[in-house]
Amino acid sequence: MSDTTNKVQRPLSPHLQIYNLPLTAIMSISHRITGVSLTLGMLIVAAFLIAAGSSEAHYNLVMIVASSKIGLIILFLWSFALYFHMFNGIRHMFWDAGRFLEKDQAMRTNYVVLMFAVVATIVTWLFGCPYISEIISEVK
Amino acid sequence: MSENKYKDSFATPLKKAKGLGSAHDGSHHWMMQKVTAIIITPLIVWLIWSIIGLQGASYDEFRFWLAQPANAVLMIILIFSVLYHAVLGLQVVTEDYISSEWFKIMNIIGQKIFIMTLGILCIFSILKIAFTVGV
Repeated sequence: MSDTTNKVQRPLSPHLQIYNLPLTAIMSISHRITGVSLTLGMLIVAAFLIAAGSSEAHYNLVMIVASSKIGLIILFLWSFALYFHMFNGIRHMFWDAGRFLEKDQAMRTNYVVLMFAVVATIVTWLFGCPYISEIISEVK
Repeated sequence: MSENKYKDSFATPLKKAKGLGSAHDGSHHWMMQKVTAIIITPLIVWLIWSIIGLQGASYDEFRFWLAQPANAVLMIILIFSVLYHAVLGLQVVTEDYISSEWFKIMNIIGQKIFIMTLGILCIFSILKIAFTVGV
């Protein structure tokens, strides 16, 4: 009977670090990394909801942390990860429908996804955050 | 070798072969990942829009906003769909990168317990606010 464990020491193909990853592969792993990070990012939303249902002191604490410099940096990264995952996810829908699967189309849509994510993040922070000029000058 | 493993047991090698086979829920997993993604996409736009409007909101302002029926319902759908989507996604990532069988299974179970608890806490808070504010 055949055994599932491989006892013979066969030569192995070079592992992931050896390859110079193309952008498509970087986008693919980034989709996973942002996905896992966004799960952690949902803890921000959860913290607000749970604190608001708990007490005013808890809510104020969460709001102070979220409005702090570190909080804003995390929110900024969160918004970019969110847009990246969302637009790349939309591309996944097209792939599932059998569109854009050719190598050159995958390469071109890489840039489309990145462009949408960057523009959406910039638009969100420029038009969504009235304190943006203060934040930029503080960071400087 | 592998036959001897079951020598003193009533289990046949078929048990082992079946254990290595498909779980038969892959398509449902994939489909729910897509369905939740479709639900989440417009809701995330709504969430970001709402967060922008709620910058620096006081405790009472935030609770008044969340107590609006539309906001409360959309937030519950969002929390449920996002956490469902997250459970499915985390499971795939865990299955792909953790090779130790027991550690992998413990991880997936742990993720599910944690996310389910988080979801219940969020939905309970939303309902509590929705049913108490302005009453």
